[in-house]
Amino acid sequence: MAKRAAPEVNAGSMADIAFLLLIFFLVTTTIETDSGINRRLPEIQPDTNEPVVLKQKNIFTVLLNGKDQLLVEDELMELKDLRKAAIEFLDNGGDGSCSYCHGKKDPASSDNPDKAVISLKNERETSYKTYIAVQNELVAAYNVLRDARAQALYGQPFTKMEANLNDVNWPGNKTKLKEQLEKIKVEYPQKLSEVQ
Amino acid sequence: MAKFNKKPGGEMPEISTASLPDIVFMLLFFFMVATVMRENTLMIQNDLPYADQVEKLDKKDLVMYIYAGKPSENYKQYGNVARIQLNDKFADVNDIAAFIAAERASKREELIPFLTTALKVDKDANMGLIGDIKQELRKQNALKINYTTKKGSVFGRN
Repeated sequence: MAKRAAPEVNAGSMADIAFLLLIFFLVTTTIETDSGINRRLPEIQPDTNEPVVLKQKNIFTVLLNGKDQLLVEDELMELKDLRKAAIEFLDNGGDGSCSYCHGKKDPASSDNPDKAVISLKNERETSYKTYIAVQNELVAAYNVLRDARAQALYGQPFTKMEANLNDVNWPGNKTKLKEQLEKIKVEYPQKLSEVQ
Repeated sequence: MAKFNKKPGGEMPEISTASLPDIVFMLLFFFMVATVMRENTLMIQNDLPYADQVEKLDKKDLVMYIYAGKPSENYKQYGNVARIQLNDKFADVNDIAAFIAAERASKREELIPFLTTALKVDKDANMGLIGDIKQELRKQNALKINYTTKKGSVFGRN
């Protein structure tokens, strides 16, 4: 009896634990996806087309110079003020036809969101990060307005609805959601033109 | 009280290593799943800018990547002006047309309209290069683009 070996720990269930962990990681790990700002380039128009005439007050000019300075509507502006300025411009509703706008109805600014165009011009020396920052702020301005409108109409922000539309596991009615999104997009169309 | 006598030698009981393979396989599987394979070897600096209004770029098979930036340390002989990289080579703006055509040819026809071009451009590149790329993409009618960015606030970065 003196020479009894220590009892061995049963390792039979170790494999089960290992598989449990493996499956846990399999389920929880999402492979990192790239993300970024989606844009659609304009098609090349034949030169014969008449240039579209827009009223000056419906154009919100954003100029970026080679030193990464921002000129908005002929005034020097800091990047942090751009979003607010863009929202004010888009949401102005100067001609009163936009029932959902909350802007100042300033007759010198844009008529309605449908007519309002943001024109972005950059120089060759502009740095990419500033350009992206400006793009980001302008997209943000649209998103803020669309979010507010979607919140008022459907009780949830636009960006969330859009995320739901792309989510495969979302249980709701996608056709309806798509219609709602389209309606918002018509009310606040993204008219962001880039000057070449 | 002989019963309670210690064993002579008093060595520790050995730990079973039977489960070591399981653990190793588990780690292996985990890394196999979580690792994203880089399709291209980057020859340029590619420090992406930050933005917070981003959308996810799903469907990886429908994305064409165009990289641009300064040549990295190992490729200093190519100068220090931002350049385009397509697949594994430095390229010129004129090469984009062939690149797009090759990418399109490798996809099923019905998927071609959904192809997106992801521009992975270093934050210090200048817009001249990007303007040229965009113009070239317009000529090739590859209109869906995505400025790939990191997620984060645009403010307070240099």
